[in-house]
Amino acid sequence: MTGSPMTGLPLNGAPVKGQRAVRLRRQTWFRRVVVTVVVIAFLIPLYGMLNFTTHDPSGQVDLTTWRTLVDVNKISTDYPDLATGFVASVGLAIVTVSVMLVLLVPTMTWVRLRLPSMSRPVEFICLLPLTVPAIVLVVGLSPVYSWLTDWLVYFFGESVGESTIWLGLAYVILVLPYSYRSIDAGLRAIDVRTLSEAARSLGAGWPTVMWRVVLPNLRTAVLSASFLSVALVLGEFTIANLFSRTNLQVAMYLLGKSDAQISIAVGLVSLVFAFLVLFAMSFVGTTRGRTTRSPFRLRRNRQEST
Amino acid sequence: MSAPTETARGVTVELTDLRRSYGGIPALDGLTLHLAPGELVALLGPSGCGKTTALRCLAGLEDPDSGTVSVGGRDVTGVPTNKRDMGMVFQAYSLFPHLTARENVEFGLLLRKRAASERRSRAAEMLDLVGLSSQMDKYAHQMSGGQQQRVALARALAIEPTVLLLDEPLSALDAKVRVQLRDEIRRIQTEVGTTTLFVTHDQEEALAVADRVGVMRSGVLQQIAAPEELYSRPVNDFVADFVGVTNRVPGHVSGGSASVLGGRVELLPGSAGDGTATVLVRPEHLTLDRTAANATVVSASFLGSHAKVVVTPDAGAEGTAAAPLVVQVRSADVGSFSPGDRVCVRPTGAAALAVAAG
Ligand SMILES: Nc1ncnc2c1ncn2[C@@H]1O[C@H](COP(=O)(O)OP(=O)(O)O)[C@@H](O)[C@H]1O
Ligand SMILES: [Mg+2]
Repeated sequence: MTGSPMTGLPLNGAPVKGQRAVRLRRQTWFRRVVVTVVVIAFLIPLYGMLNFTTHDPSGQVDLTTWRTLVDVNKISTDYPDLATGFVASVGLAIVTVSVMLVLLVPTMTWVRLRLPSMSRPVEFICLLPLTVPAIVLVVGLSPVYSWLTDWLVYFFGESVGESTIWLGLAYVILVLPYSYRSIDAGLRAIDVRTLSEAARSLGAGWPTVMWRVVLPNLRTAVLSASFLSVALVLGEFTIANLFSRTNLQVAMYLLGKSDAQISIAVGLVSLVFAFLVLFAMSFVGTTRGRTTRSPFRLRRNRQEST
Repeated sequence: MSAPTETARGVTVELTDLRRSYGGIPALDGLTLHLAPGELVALLGPSGCGKTTALRCLAGLEDPDSGTVSVGGRDVTGVPTNKRDMGMVFQAYSLFPHLTARENVEFGLLLRKRAASERRSRAAEMLDLVGLSSQMDKYAHQMSGGQQQRVALARALAIEPTVLLLDEPLSALDAKVRVQLRDEIRRIQTEVGTTTLFVTHDQEEALAVADRVGVMRSGVLQQIAAPEELYSRPVNDFVADFVGVTNRVPGHVSGGSASVLGGRVELLPGSAGDGTATVLVRPEHLTLDRTAANATVVSASFLGSHAKVVVTPDAGAEGTAAAPLVVQVRSADVGSFSPGDRVCVRPTGAAALAVAAG
C-alpha cells in the first residue's frame, strides 16, 4: 500500500491522488460488474431448474416432485438407483478424503522437512491430473481396474470386488491437485522445520510430531482440502459412468431419462449443497483467527491490500 | 545466588573431534569442546563458521560424519534427538501456534506422561521463572518476540534438560530487549545450573553471558577462554580482530617486546618473532597527550560511558602512511579534541599480540 489509507494523504503529491481515486473508482465499478455478471450466470440456470421442478407441463404450480424428494421412504422405493447412488457417493467422498489425507499430509510434510529437492517433482505429479481429461484417465485406468477387480473378486468375492467404492482410488487422483494446493498453502504458513525440531527436542517421536504439532496447525488447510474433495466427488460423473458404476450423478442421469423433474430437483439440491460447502470453506479456521489460513482467505486479503 | 542442590544437576558435555561436511565443504573440521557441569559456554564466530552445526550435532538434529558426543560420561552419538533430553531455544520463533504459553510449556511434560496437576504446577513455576505468569493463556501471536523467546526458554527448561541449547535466541529481537533478555538468561541459567551451550555471532552478547567463550572460524575452534582472557590475551589475529576493537599498528619486535608509536609494549605468547610486525593494540591501551605531536585528530565522538577519538599517525620510522587509530579516552576529555588538532598518541604498555606484518 503506498498512500496512507487513514488520512487519504498521497505520498507523491496531489495529482497522484486524483489518478488514484479515479483508478479506485474504476476498479470498484469493474468489480461490481463482474460480480453481477457471475451471479446472473449462476442464478439463471438455478432459477430455471427450480421453475422446471415446481411446475407441471401445463404451467400450473405443482410441488409433487419436491414432496417425493423429501419423503425418504418413497424416494428409496420408487427410485432405488438414486438411493444407491447417494450412498455410493457419500462412501466415495469419505474414502477419497481419507486416502488423500493419509497419502498427502505425511508425504508433503516429509518432503518439506527432509527432501526439499523433491518438492518440484512432487508438485508436478500432484498437479498433473489437472492436465489429463477424465476420459483419458479412464482409458489409462481401465486395465488397472480390470486387473484390480479380478484380484479383489478372487480374494473377497463379487460383492466386494465389484463395489463402487474402489472408484475412490481414481477420485484420489482427481482431487490431488486441489488438495495439494490447499495443504501446500497450509505448510507454507507455518515453520514446519523449527516446530518439528522443537517438538523432537522435547521428546516427541515422528508420529507424535505429525499428530500433535503438524496436523493441528494444518487444521484449516486439511479442512479446505477435504471440502474441495467432497464437492468434487459429489459432482463426479464421467469416470463413474464410463466404469459403469452408479454414483449420485450417474443415478441422476439415469433418472433424467425416466423422470426429468426428480432428476433436475436432485441436481439443484446437490448444486446448492456444493455452493454451501464452498461458502462454508472460506469461513473455516477464522474462529481462532491465526495459524493457517485457507487459500481463499489469503487471496481475499491480498485483494484488500492492493 | 545459585541453589547448590540444583547446581549439582549440571553434567559434563564432551564433543570430541566432530567432523561434518556438506557437499565436500567442511562445516565442522575436528571440533573438540568440553563443557564443565553447570557451565555456560558461548560459541562465537562469523555467520557460516559452523556454530549451528556444532549445536545441532550436540542436539542430535544432525549426525556428525565422525567424532563423538558424550553427555554426563555417556556416549550419545547415535541417540535420536527425542531421547536426548535436551532443551532447545531456536533463533526462529518456535512456539506451537495452536497452544497457549502454558500448554507450550506443558508439552514436554505431557509427552513424559506426567499427571495434569504436576504439569500445571511445573508450567506455572517455569513461566514465573521467566517472568510471564500473567501471560499464561496467551497464544504466540498475542505475544511480543521477547515474550515468545521467554516462553520457549521456559518450555525448554520445564523438562529438566540435561543440557540447554540456545541457537542465537536473541538475534530476532530489538537491541533493548536483547540486552535485557540476555541478562535474564544468564540469571536463570545460574539459578537452575544446567550446562548450557549458547551460540551467537554477537561478541558483546557472548562476552556478557558466558563463563567461557569459544571462538570459531571455518569449522575450527580458535580459542576458548574466559571472556576477559579472550579479550586481553587473544591467541591469534582472528580472535583479536573478532573480539572487541583492535588497532593494527606497525611496529618492530625484538626480544619479547615491540616498539610501537615511540613506546614499548609487552608481547603475548604466540606473537611473531623479531623483525617488523603488526601489533594489535586495543583502543584503551593507547593514550593521547599534547607533548611531542605524532598524529592528527580526525574525529572525536562521545559514547556515554567513554569517548572515542580517531587519529591518523604521521608516517614514521616503523611504517609508511599509517591507518587511522581508534583511541579510547574519558568522556570528560572528549571536548578537548577537535579535528585537525596535533596530538601525541602512545601505547600504555599493556601486553598485546604481534602478528607478521602485512
Ligand atoms: N543443511 C545444510 N546443507 C548444506 N550446507 C549446510 C547445511 N547446514 C549448514 N551448511 C553449511 O555449513 C556451514 C556452517 O553452517 P552453520 O553451522 O549454520 O553456520 P553458523 O551457524 O555458524 O552461521 C555453512 O557454510 C553452511 O552453508
Ligand atoms: Mg547459525
